[in-house]
Amino acid sequence: MSAKERLVLVGNGMAGMRTLEELLTIAPDRYDITVFGAEPYGNYNRILLSPVLAGEKTVEQIMINDLNWYAERGITLYAGQEVTRINRARRQVHAADETIAPYDRLLLATGSDPFIIPIPGNSLPGVITFRDIRDVQAMLDAAQAGKKQAVVIGGGLLGLEAANGLMKQGMEVTVVHLLDVLMERQLDPEAAALLRASLEERGMRFLTGMQTVALLGEERVRGVRFKDGLEIPADLVVMAVGIRPNITLAKAFGIHCERGIVVNDTMQTYDPRIYAVGECVQHRGQTYGLVAPLWEQARVCANHLACYGISRYRGSVTSTKLKVTGIDVFSAGDFGGGPGCDEIVLRDRARSVYKKLVVQDNRVKGAVMYGDTIDGNWYFQLLREGTDIGAFRDSILFGQAHLGDAGHGGNNVLAMADDAEICGCNGVCKGAIVKAITAQKLFTLEGVRAHTKASASCGSCTGLVEQLLAATVGDYSKTAQEKPLCACTDHSHDQVRKTIREQHLTSLRAVFEFMEWKTPDGCHSCRPAINFYLLATWPGEAQDDSQSRFINERVHANIQKDGTYSVVPRIWGGVTNAKELRAIADVADKFQVPTVKITGGQRIDLLGVKKEDLPKVWADLNAAGMVSGHAYGKSLRTVKTCVGSEWCRFGTQDSTGLGIKLERMTWGSWTPHKFKMAVSGCPRNCAEATIKDFGVVCVDSGYELHVGGNGGIKLRGTDLLCKVATEAEAMEYAGAFMQLYREEGRYLERTAPWLERVGLAYVKQRIVEDGEGRNVLHQRFLASQQYAQIDPWAERASGRVDAHEFQPLRQVG
Amino acid sequence: MYDWHEIGELDNIPRLGSRVVNTPYGDVAIFRAADDQVFALRDRCPHKGGPLSQGIVYGHRVTCPLHNWVLELDSGQAVAPDVGCATCYPLRLENGRIWLGLNNLVNLSAAPQQAA
Ligand code: SRM
Ligand SMILES: Cc1cc2nc3c(=O)[nH]c(=O)nc-3n(C[C@H](O)[C@H](O)[C@H](O)COP(=O)(O)OP(=O)(O)OC[C@H]3O[C@@H](n4cnc5c(N)ncnc54)[C@H](O)[C@@H]3O)c2cc1C
Ligand code: SF4
Ligand code: FES
Repeated sequence: MSAKERLVLVGNGMAGMRTLEELLTIAPDRYDITVFGAEPYGNYNRILLSPVLAGEKTVEQIMINDLNWYAERGITLYAGQEVTRINRARRQVHAADETIAPYDRLLLATGSDPFIIPIPGNSLPGVITFRDIRDVQAMLDAAQAGKKQAVVIGGGLLGLEAANGLMKQGMEVTVVHLLDVLMERQLDPEAAALLRASLEERGMRFLTGMQTVALLGEERVRGVRFKDGLEIPADLVVMAVGIRPNITLAKAFGIHCERGIVVNDTMQTYDPRIYAVGECVQHRGQTYGLVAPLWEQARVCANHLACYGISRYRGSVTSTKLKVTGIDVFSAGDFGGGPGCDEIVLRDRARSVYKKLVVQDNRVKGAVMYGDTIDGNWYFQLLREGTDIGAFRDSILFGQAHLGDAGHGGNNVLAMADDAEICGCNGVCKGAIVKAITAQKLFTLEGVRAHTKASASCGSCTGLVEQLLAATVGDYSKTAQEKPLCACTDHSHDQVRKTIREQHLTSLRAVFEFMEWKTPDGCHSCRPAINFYLLATWPGEAQDDSQSRFINERVHANIQKDGTYSVVPRIWGGVTNAKELRAIADVADKFQVPTVKITGGQRIDLLGVKKEDLPKVWADLNAAGMVSGHAYGKSLRTVKTCVGSEWCRFGTQDSTGLGIKLERMTWGSWTPHKFKMAVSGCPRNCAEATIKDFGVVCVDSGYELHVGGNGGIKLRGTDLLCKVATEAEAMEYAGAFMQLYREEGRYLERTAPWLERVGLAYVKQRIVEDGEGRNVLHQRFLASQQYAQIDPWAERASGRVDAHEFQPLRQVG
Repeated sequence: MYDWHEIGELDNIPRLGSRVVNTPYGDVAIFRAADDQVFALRDRCPHKGGPLSQGIVYGHRVTCPLHNWVLELDSGQAVAPDVGCATCYPLRLENGRIWLGLNNLVNLSAAPQQAA
């Protein structure tokens, strides 16, 4: 016998096995694991039973882990063994065949049972439910045996998927529904009517507003009788009227149950040795019938089984889609509306498109879509994040593409050829992604990123990859959750930053300890983020940890593909002079710099400098009065300017002068992502101020201030923040805006997505309406600048800082 | 088998950092983990040759600065799903001084690890 603790899982389905998989990745050796499953297989992807029934997939294709998988991991699997007893006093479970397994911890994941309507004839042969492989096999057998008439009772998600599959198998299908609205839990009457029309067009028949009272037949079902006396023939009856959490076992052995097995936020039942996950549980009064919430539960549960003991499950908001090929339906959140809610509706009968968003105080509360569901995920994200949609409310129904995407890749990935390139950064085509998803059994975006690199660089193809995932492995429902910062923790960016502030944490170590990091020294994702949060929250107090900075910020130059570096000195407001140019030219000669290039940011890039030479290059540039341009930093980059009133015949203000002042005020500051500014002298806008994080457009009567723009991956024009009369005000607003972004933006979130997330109204309120608050923000910005405006090049050129970075340790041989 | 070269003291390398040793066979990156264990890998990422010495170090791993491959410091192996291996070299720690073992065989990836 080994000394390991024993974990027994009852229920070999999606939630239970997901929990084990999560557990094995974080604590592979903690337990001896035994699994009981009433079904005689490894575990499979239940949601893909619909495509199996429709003949679009085979049973083999939907297996997640076959028997070998269990064997390879030393897991004892009793497949086809139902657990019938739990002896809590002796901590053992008993299976139907009297197999006994002792446990230290027990995990119940018994799923749910389809509800069987209590009417005469409900146990006749030919009456089935739609839950597992056996059911699907029975339906396929019936179709093959030449049975013609199928009746599906229940016009919900499952019923319609069953009906569609049976129709594909050549049967004549009638769907019976108690209400007039199909899928009433997901759809409003209008979308339901469109859905019904297109299913009817495919040959499905509907009897709605009908109550079934009896199933007829002696040896086998042969008909259905309704309350009004109508009888219709049936060779096969599928009951899909809902599910009930399967709590039989738990209840019989004294584990507290209501509708489901009651669990707390750590997925623990009333017996502390017993955990439960999946459809069988009831958490904060809620039960769930979709996989996404179960996955969150699985994560939390695994975390506690591994004794990390920090994460909590707080419930989920879900979205759903119907898996009937060729019919696109999407719904999420509270789409019913109510007092205080507005509805934004798009209706195009000719194209059979219907979209409805329920909005309250400019936040999306719910969505129903029919016909065109491409933007479902986007709306759901707006819903989850509580984004203020004020700025694009008038065009929101036209979709995300309408916001001004650079047009990277088309919208409909399914129509693309296999060799179409999806990820432009890493050259990954559609076929390769689909292949990786199937061969490596991937079901998350992270998985696809890790295995194919698609969407792992600039991220602009993320939407396409998500569509491919959905099309290939099935449309898992989505849930609302704040993502953990990285795999080292379950805390989100916002939680980390809040804790740093509230607990006055000033070092990485303190954060790791206080927030119970899972890894001893973090990773390349979390360390730079935390380092930034520390510096931004406690300037002058938190210690900058250079080993937690990406190489560019550590050595204050941009690494190039061959391991050399580029050097970009600050050229204030894009204005230079003969002395600076001469110094740059001398450096280029002296250090044999292979390329000297004018950048897109109005300055000069010296490319191909050897690392050892960096301090010497900087010393020479410093001698001519130049400092670091931070072209490498998540920090202020450039302030582009145009010539303005000094020279230009149209200039209204001294845009060059203001640009220089802004750059002098803000250089050196660290921000969540890079921050760019520009000042144009008139609305002709030669400095492109309206695609900058902060842009000023001078007009005769003052200065228009624009925020939240960027060129880059996803082009976004700025929003007008306000207009001010003086330069001094423009400076104060710039400082305040930068400070607000710095204090509230998430690491690696540029101002454009940040602004979209929190809403222009919020930023206006903090910066424009609240004059006192603005001043306080600006003062905080200036205060932190006293610690930031130290030229990192001069420090290093002096040899006093980080000298080891620029020297080889030794030369041997 | 190996030519042993003294390359410096432990404290010449920052914790969770790396220094480079130039050798006739190319640059070798010497890493120091938080627990003061030291490791030596060829300073070339198996992906596209990125300088591993410039990466972020955590646990016994380093992330390449160019495209974020993660390599195990004790074996040079890329962490799955990436596949590849950076040559690793033996180190010896004696009285606080570090010795690097070099030989001119091409494939040293199986060389024994010796750290403090
Ligand atoms: C040098 C330069 C290209 C040039 O030769 O002109 C450049 C070079 C790089 N850009 Fe850029 N960008 C340069 C101007 C721009 C501009 C134009 C501008 O600033 O007006 C843009 C679009 C405007 C914008 O940012 O809104 C631009 C959008 C990007 C992006 C996409 C940012 C986004 O939010 O979508 C990246 C990727 C990133 O930051 O993650 C990027 C990243 C990079 C990196 C840092 C890639 C990397 O990680 O190594 C390149 C560093 C090269 C180097 O070693 O110098 N570069 N980059 C320009 C330097 C300007 C400067 O003086 O500092
Ligand atoms: C046809 C179909 C289509 C679906 N489509 C979607 C979809 O598109 N999107 C979505 O999000 N969700 C969908 N779902 C729902 C999703 O499949 C379920 O939410 C999910 O499978 C529930 O996981 P679970 O682990 O709680 O239960 P299950 O996956 O049902 O696993 C429970 C397992 O426990 C076993 N068991 C029960 N009692 C015992 C016992 N005493 N001893 C041993 N074993 C026992 C059962 O046999 C079963 O194998 C669909 C479901 C079906 C049936
Ligand atoms: S400089 Fe910018 S646009 Fe050009 S290759 Fe590099 S990141 Fe891409
Ligand atoms: S060169 Fe190292 S990850 Fe690409």
